[in-house]
Amino acid sequence: MTDAISSAAGLARPRPARRDIGIKRRYAAERRFRAYGIAALTFGIVFLFLLVSSVVSKGYTAFQQTMITVPVEFTEAIIDPKNERAENPQKLMTANYPLLARNAVAKVLGVAENDRTGLRDVNKMISDGVRSQLRDMVVANPALIGTTQTVSLLAAGDLDSAFKGQISLDVPEANRKVNDKQVGWMNQLAESGALAKHFNTGIFVNGNSSRPEAAGVGVALIGSFYMMLIVLVLSLPIGVAASIYLEEFAPKNRLTDLIEVNINNLAAVPSIVYGLLGLAVFINFAGLPRSASLVGGLVLTLMTLPTIIIATRAALKAVPPSIRAAALGLGASKMQTIFHHVLPLAMPGILTGTIIGLAHALGETAPLLLIGMVAFVANYPTTPLDPSTALPVQIYMWANEAERAFVERTSGAIIILLLFLIVMNVGAILLRRRFERRW
Amino acid sequence: MNMMSEAAVEKALDGKMNEVSYKMVGREVSVYYGDKRALFDVNLNVRENTVTALIGPSGCGKSTFLRTLNRMNDTIDNCRVTGRITLDGDDIYDKEIDVVELRARVGMVFQKPNPFPKSIYENVAYGPKIHGLARNKADMDHIVEASLQRAGLWTEVKDRLHESGTGLSGGQQQRLCIARAIAVSPEVILMDEPCSALDPIATARVEELIHELRANYTIVIVTHSMQQAARVSQRTAMFHLGQLVEENDTDKMFTNPDDQRTQDYIMGRFG
Repeated sequence: MTDAISSAAGLARPRPARRDIGIKRRYAAERRFRAYGIAALTFGIVFLFLLVSSVVSKGYTAFQQTMITVPVEFTEAIIDPKNERAENPQKLMTANYPLLARNAVAKVLGVAENDRTGLRDVNKMISDGVRSQLRDMVVANPALIGTTQTVSLLAAGDLDSAFKGQISLDVPEANRKVNDKQVGWMNQLAESGALAKHFNTGIFVNGNSSRPEAAGVGVALIGSFYMMLIVLVLSLPIGVAASIYLEEFAPKNRLTDLIEVNINNLAAVPSIVYGLLGLAVFINFAGLPRSASLVGGLVLTLMTLPTIIIATRAALKAVPPSIRAAALGLGASKMQTIFHHVLPLAMPGILTGTIIGLAHALGETAPLLLIGMVAFVANYPTTPLDPSTALPVQIYMWANEAERAFVERTSGAIIILLLFLIVMNVGAILLRRRFERRW
Repeated sequence: MNMMSEAAVEKALDGKMNEVSYKMVGREVSVYYGDKRALFDVNLNVRENTVTALIGPSGCGKSTFLRTLNRMNDTIDNCRVTGRITLDGDDIYDKEIDVVELRARVGMVFQKPNPFPKSIYENVAYGPKIHGLARNKADMDHIVEASLQRAGLWTEVKDRLHESGTGLSGGQQQRLCIARAIAVSPEVILMDEPCSALDPIATARVEELIHELRANYTIVIVTHSMQQAARVSQRTAMFHLGQLVEENDTDKMFTNPDDQRTQDYIMGRFG
């Protein structure tokens, strides 16, 4: 076209000078923008790497626990001196089990029975957790009394830290939790193979404890699990039903506009406000027990609902109107159109929103503090009505502890929480893939 | 279930052409979108077993009128319809009429092919399933096969019935949508510019199909293409600015229209 015109008009005519539209500048701007993007990404990745590496380097030792494996004599004179266990089984519960452990270790180390300071030092090397450890053995099998068994005893938290090299031995002995004599014994036991690091199952199954070596996130895991279950069971159906109503059925008027604005605002309300709401409504008004994961779950449900509703509405909106028209045109009712066609197409988006909401709820601490979940709970909750804690609250509580051994446990608990989040996100991605492939 | 021969079609139609029977009748139909009036007192009859083409410039209300015929306008929030439209003498806007049943009797094919993102089989089977037209699997297989055959798609897809309907070409998708509409055994099929998103070869296939379907169905088609209206329809209605300008036999409409505006539009003077 242009060629035809220019040749018709004669080639002699000079082409008009091109206006400078800044092509070079445009390309430079694009390159600059890309550089910004890469810089932002690098920044993010560096910090993510720093975060993960600092948590892992501090926390991986929490998954190992120092144990002292020695032959323990279950002396009848110490456990049940008056031989009352037949008529009074309670006797077995209250016996002085730590003494058995101390004697066993002292015997291996060759500490004399009248060396009182020596014995006290030996006692400090063993965790008080051996009380329940040995008690559980004896209660389960009273025939052990009078025999000698090889038992892996829990080492005290300070000895554990020292053995892992977390307590500097350059510090003067007086300012140290572990004295030189104990360090000597520790090395002696380590050489003989009696003292060694084992995999720490306790951190997964134990309840909270003031002794770091016996503390675990077992109760917190159960509490968090109950809460996630409650959040999922309540917020997914409520959120999806509310979104479907608002998106597909509700008339568009002032009232629904107001509701929409409020839902968007609720998603931005600080979580501690939800905690106060839960305290007022569920505990003070409804009279539900404090520290219960039921209340925690309800509060987190309130907090998660706006996220799920917003994500679900966006997913429903993204379903092309032509699909709705096709179904309606075939004589499908509105319900059939939504449940047979729109909802399945929106499912990947809804699932993503739900998992994001759940992950958010799993990591939430502030509202749980207000409803009393920041409690010292050593026993497993059997129902969601029993007192329990949650993983992030457990982390918060351990971070406040003074013992050196709690530092690694705090990081260890963070690793467990992050693993949970990764598992959830991977699950979300797999679910999404499945649903997307079907369509 | 094979297509009727050309002669058989003409013969079947001849008998009915003498005594004109109206499948759908529109009386003083007006449509409002909020305060805006889109249709002004349209009186239009749709003859049985006839292809009626609705033509006119963009925004003239032809699609709006088409959508009043199976109440697809109901889905638009602020849309209001006045006047009277009957299907076999029954007012379709009557409170007694179930819109679900109406849409089963008056099917629709849309401008853009819109198969469900499901298998070809499920696309066709969905309508019969929700209306309970098949008693068992064999019944359903039969309906699916018959519908695909009528839509002229059977030979192309019979080996891949369980592949996704969205994987077909544009023209095949549109014929799948026609098969889907046929599967619920409607009496009237509404087509809203069914070929505007198709290439000329696919268009020719769909036009051929419309011609064959005429033997069993009453068809109303909205089209932008004069040639298409002339090729496929027996009756043509011309809309302009929300009013029905003229409704006539297609032959007469394109050779000697009664209204000057029709003449101008067909000659390409406006639109």
